[in-house]
Amino acid sequence: MASTFKKETFREDYTYSNSAEAIKRFPFPFPEDQYMYSVNIEPHVKGKVGSVCEFTFDVDEHYVAECLDKKITLEQDPGRYQALPHMMDAQWDFLELTMESLSQDYPQHFSLNKNGSVWTWENKPLGIKDTFTFGDSSTLAMEPFDYMGRQVQGDFVLLDHREETLFADAGIVTSQADWSLAFNVGMSWREWHGPVPRATELGVMDRALKHLLNLQFGSPVRRLNWTMTINPRLDTSPENYPQWGGDRNAVNADNVSDLVHLRVELQTLFRLPRSNAIMFSIRCYLINLKDLSTYSRWAKRLHRVQKTMHPDLIEYKGMTKFHPLVVDWLAKFDDGAALDVGTHAE
Amino acid sequence: MSMINAIVAAVEQVTPLVKHFTFVKEDGSKLPPFSGGSHVVVSMDIGGRVHRNPYSLMGSPEATDAYHISVRKQENSRGGSVFMHEHVTVGMPIKITYPVNLFSLAKKGHKHILIAGGIGITPFMSQIADLNRLGADYEMHYAFRSPEHGAFVEQLKKSCSSRLHCYIDSQGEQLDFKALLGDQPLGTHVYVCGPSSMVTVVLETARNLGWPERHIHNEQFLSPPVGEPFNIQLAKSNIEIQVPADMSMLEAIEAAGVEADYLCRGGVCGRCELQVLETDGAILHNDHFLTDSEKVSCKKIMPCVSRANGKRLLLDL
Ligand code: FES
Repeated sequence: MASTFKKETFREDYTYSNSAEAIKRFPFPFPEDQYMYSVNIEPHVKGKVGSVCEFTFDVDEHYVAECLDKKITLEQDPGRYQALPHMMDAQWDFLELTMESLSQDYPQHFSLNKNGSVWTWENKPLGIKDTFTFGDSSTLAMEPFDYMGRQVQGDFVLLDHREETLFADAGIVTSQADWSLAFNVGMSWREWHGPVPRATELGVMDRALKHLLNLQFGSPVRRLNWTMTINPRLDTSPENYPQWGGDRNAVNADNVSDLVHLRVELQTLFRLPRSNAIMFSIRCYLINLKDLSTYSRWAKRLHRVQKTMHPDLIEYKGMTKFHPLVVDWLAKFDDGAALDVGTHAE
Repeated sequence: MSMINAIVAAVEQVTPLVKHFTFVKEDGSKLPPFSGGSHVVVSMDIGGRVHRNPYSLMGSPEATDAYHISVRKQENSRGGSVFMHEHVTVGMPIKITYPVNLFSLAKKGHKHILIAGGIGITPFMSQIADLNRLGADYEMHYAFRSPEHGAFVEQLKKSCSSRLHCYIDSQGEQLDFKALLGDQPLGTHVYVCGPSSMVTVVLETARNLGWPERHIHNEQFLSPPVGEPFNIQLAKSNIEIQVPADMSMLEAIEAAGVEADYLCRGGVCGRCELQVLETDGAILHNDHFLTDSEKVSCKKIMPCVSRANGKRLLLDL
């Protein structure tokens, strides 16, 4: 957990970087030498001290800069926040979950005081302090989901549970990976999870849906997903493709380890109590190949995973153009020695 | 499955057959909030055997100082409701699951028709609190045997006022489903909970009138039926278990110390599904979850309510 927050950018001059501490706790996603698309859902229980899963929501050294980047994206494109009217209960559920978790887990940064339904929320890093009435939207400057969605790192989608499926009926989406569809409010699970190569055939999505429909309040789950992004850019949305799509052409053998970032999404899913909706959060972690190779174990494993990756998946993740450069750069770390199963750094 | 340690704070006889129980948290803190239509599973230790029954939460989802459930005494059941009636007293510790909702309101519905028969009123009590809070348009239709069996009528009169319609069988009052469902505006949802004969009539009437399937909701927890004893083999745990006549497969598996998933324990949610690897007899499917073709294929079984009658039933557990 960070006690100081860095000043850095996720666009234009890209001053984003990871401290030694942040590199060490990076959620490396490959436990084995071969990558298989799977649902790999596990309970979202407390992880090791210092790990990204130590708390319900991870607040790290990038917190302030990331919230600022989110604000810029929302100003440029207000449509990145959307909520259908029947999701108001879920909005308050979200506000409660985030405020309670943050104030409990990081009392030095956040505090929540309840006086009946009159709540006072203080966010010290962002300099916010407000008093409002829980359940009464008119007492907040914006809708509750918008209000707290801006104060937590990552994207959030609220899914309504009806007709034996889930509908993405509210979302605040500002750090979307390039592989996903443009997020549209009201999409069903199937529309949203478009065809993932090799996953659709395996019925992975259907099984995941079945699992999620039974998700229980009090027992959240998580999984990791990954892709690669050029530059530490959070907003790689399809809408803004012209702004970042061309960056792929800039990758060469000299700059590959600086430009190419492994982008890991920590996805968590919570059943919300009052609304019976599900909160889907997608938290993005970025690390360039150079920093990642601080730990030779990771460099070796990443080399093996990338070398054996199915071309369909490389294409699906939008990595075709620079993928051979990544494999070549990583090759020098790989002595071929066997690695034990697990994602640990050392 | 995460459990809540609660204490019985009050027990009240509300009709000759129904008792109302109030639970508070053991440590005095608030219980989790929930959504209208939710249930909890209550664990009971009956002579060394753990019994788990699902009951709808009846209180307002807003008031989480206590949870409220009501239990109808089923004389010829396997003892869960009898135990609740005869042995559960004020001050007793009791373990319950976190609330689960398998009967939630359609939040986009324009109007909601709620139909309850007898003890089937329980899930609607919390739904009504939600509907009132949201200012939604609804009607509550409540049918029961005779005036003394009309549990909660007074409470409902207060919360629903003119939206409440009662039908007392002993006074010759009948609910005309066709008339009720035949004359509703577009975008109306219907919800039914009660005896299975009533649920069937409502579902059929709505379907015959052309209601879209997604506008028809029912909650019908089954209690595990009593049957002949049979044996099962668990492949991963590598053990053989006998399922006694008055125990469900799920209970027998749990009693043998093997962890198994569940949510509703009533054949509805699908969570307990097990893969059948081998079987030499018939599977007696009692659930509402598997499709007819899945039932015929005998590849899956819902151990919370279903049984078997062969010598061998090898499960992937
Ligand atoms: S536990 Fe729900 S179907 Fe068996």
